[in-house]
Amino acid sequence: MSTLTGTPPRTGPTLSTVVANPRPLRLVRHSLALAKRSLIKTWRTPEALIDVTLQPALFLVIFVYVFGGAVAGSTHDYLQYLLPGILAQTIATGCIAIGVNLNTDIAKGIFDRFRSLPVPRSAPLLGAVLGDVVRYVIVTVSTLAIGYLLGFRIEAGPLRALAGCLLAVLFALCLSWLPVYVGMKVRTPGAVQGVMFALIMPLSFASNVFVTAGTLPGWMQAVVTVNPLTHLVTAMRGLFLGTPVGDHVWWTLLWCAGFVVVFMPLALRAYRRRV
Amino acid sequence: MVSADRRTLHGMTAELMIEAEGLVKSFGRTRALQGVDLAVPRGTVLGVLGPNGAGKTTAVRILSTLLTPDAGTARINGLDVVRQAERVRQSIGLTGQYASVDEDLTGQQNLELFGTLLELGRVGARRRAVELLDWFDLTDAAHRPAKTYSGGMRRRLDLAASLVGSPDVIFLDEPTTGLDPAKREDMWDVVRSLVANGATVLLTTQYLEEADALADAITVIDHGRVIAHDTPDGLKRVVGGQTLEVRPADPAHLAPTAAILSRVGSGAPADEVRKGVLAVPVTDDSALTESVARLATAGIAVTELSLHLPSLDEVFFTLTGRTAADDDTTTRTEAAA
Ligand SMILES: Nc1ncnc2c1ncn2[C@@H]1O[C@H](COP(=O)(O)OP(=O)(O)O)[C@@H](O)[C@H]1O
Ligand SMILES: [Mg+2]
Repeated sequence: MSTLTGTPPRTGPTLSTVVANPRPLRLVRHSLALAKRSLIKTWRTPEALIDVTLQPALFLVIFVYVFGGAVAGSTHDYLQYLLPGILAQTIATGCIAIGVNLNTDIAKGIFDRFRSLPVPRSAPLLGAVLGDVVRYVIVTVSTLAIGYLLGFRIEAGPLRALAGCLLAVLFALCLSWLPVYVGMKVRTPGAVQGVMFALIMPLSFASNVFVTAGTLPGWMQAVVTVNPLTHLVTAMRGLFLGTPVGDHVWWTLLWCAGFVVVFMPLALRAYRRRV
Repeated sequence: MVSADRRTLHGMTAELMIEAEGLVKSFGRTRALQGVDLAVPRGTVLGVLGPNGAGKTTAVRILSTLLTPDAGTARINGLDVVRQAERVRQSIGLTGQYASVDEDLTGQQNLELFGTLLELGRVGARRRAVELLDWFDLTDAAHRPAKTYSGGMRRRLDLAASLVGSPDVIFLDEPTTGLDPAKREDMWDVVRSLVANGATVLLTTQYLEEADALADAITVIDHGRVIAHDTPDGLKRVVGGQTLEVRPADPAHLAPTAAILSRVGSGAPADEVRKGVLAVPVTDDSALTESVARLATAGIAVTELSLHLPSLDEVFFTLTGRTAADDDTTTRTEAAA
């Protein structure tokens, strides 16, 4: 390290010029820079994607071949019915990871560095949420690919199918503020995982992912009907299979807005308070 | 107990870049800081010396805007760390006690990210990253993920990350804990050249030797209180100066060696502190060369000859009349935060 005794390099704008020239759209640029960081991490640790790619494959095979005949009469019919549901369930489970990752980041101290820099307070969280879009796209594509291998076929036009995929990604993006909030509130990464599973699992089983609401007892039907996942699944089925979507797209979008309006401020506040 | 010595070390006119008055911070029932004052004039190094759990990290986190104090005030370059936190962040660099770089990102990506966040622009951030990696001798590892770095490399990257914005005030929280002696000296050189270029540095340490090597002034804290503040020389006068240790190659030479050391030293007779090792208190560094010369003249070969400053334990024993470890008000093992 002979070079170390020399003069420390001190080129480029110094911090005082930064103060003088606050560039516009700081929040956007900083969030994007931090989103890029999440992306690089996803790229470097592909094993973190195993659960969200393997789980839908397992669910599809098990449910289609074990229960398919009994539930829907034919395995192909059941696969057509089930795939949009499994995709919705996987994408909802997939956003648990962001809460776990952020909680780990805080424990490791990297967020201390962000907080000691002149960076807008919300940028690290916004960046992490944005960076995860790529994960949701990967989940969507891989689940559809597995479905195709098993015989699933999109029956609507490509634009409608694309809209279905986008709706799923948007849903995950908005829902992920819930795990972000839990990640800020709970002490350890393991606890984040636990709390989130306890929230997401009932949500996905008390929905029409696996069976139509009509086959369920009355009180259960009421739960299933308001469940945001039910709206998403019904909308996606319509968009993938060309059946009517009713007002389910709107209900899904309303839920998305609700997640953001409620959990984003809560998450940002919890982040600011966390020392 | 020796009370805090508050002589002005650099004259009243020196501009203070870091100043804290009466900082208090509690975590539940743990009183981490109980009224700490600190002052660092521009272009100087303050060493904050204290055992695990003394409150060093808490003080650094308050000064770097990561924590708000329960009471007291702190200013960086005249700016209040609570009310003007956003502006304080523009002029500080923080290297925490535990490396806070992203392990999955490469060295280059880490530094570029911080450069972007510091508004250096794409090109500027890239150029600054290359420059700093080069300066810290990390160019060969620039494109490897930081998790493949050795402990010393990680420390260097971490320090580089806090220098991306060319800060005026730099906080280093135990920058050399866990580094081997050679790496420690490298880190010292870095601190020296930062200061030579006008930076003001506050560094925490558990080693009197490190504070002595780098600091213009030393503040000793214990249980969240300042128990001494002085120049390194002043502190050494209080806690006792250095000890010269010599191990003659031939144990038969212990007696003549002891006689020589007693004459070189500050008057006290040489003691055998460990089997075959003689020690004598000395007042200045020239004792080292003098004893080498005298031992050579007497034809005595030695296998070990070194100067030691008192350990932190000894400093604390002198200052407080008890050892740093013998207390039960704080759980030292959980002081890692
Ligand atoms: N976030 C925290 N929560 C609870 N206790 C803490 C926290 N941070 C520090 N402490 C406690 O405050 C005291 C001072 O800690 P610290 O400032 O880390 O000391 P040092 O850096 O000198 O080892 C210790 O007793 C430590 O356990
Ligand atoms: Mg500490």
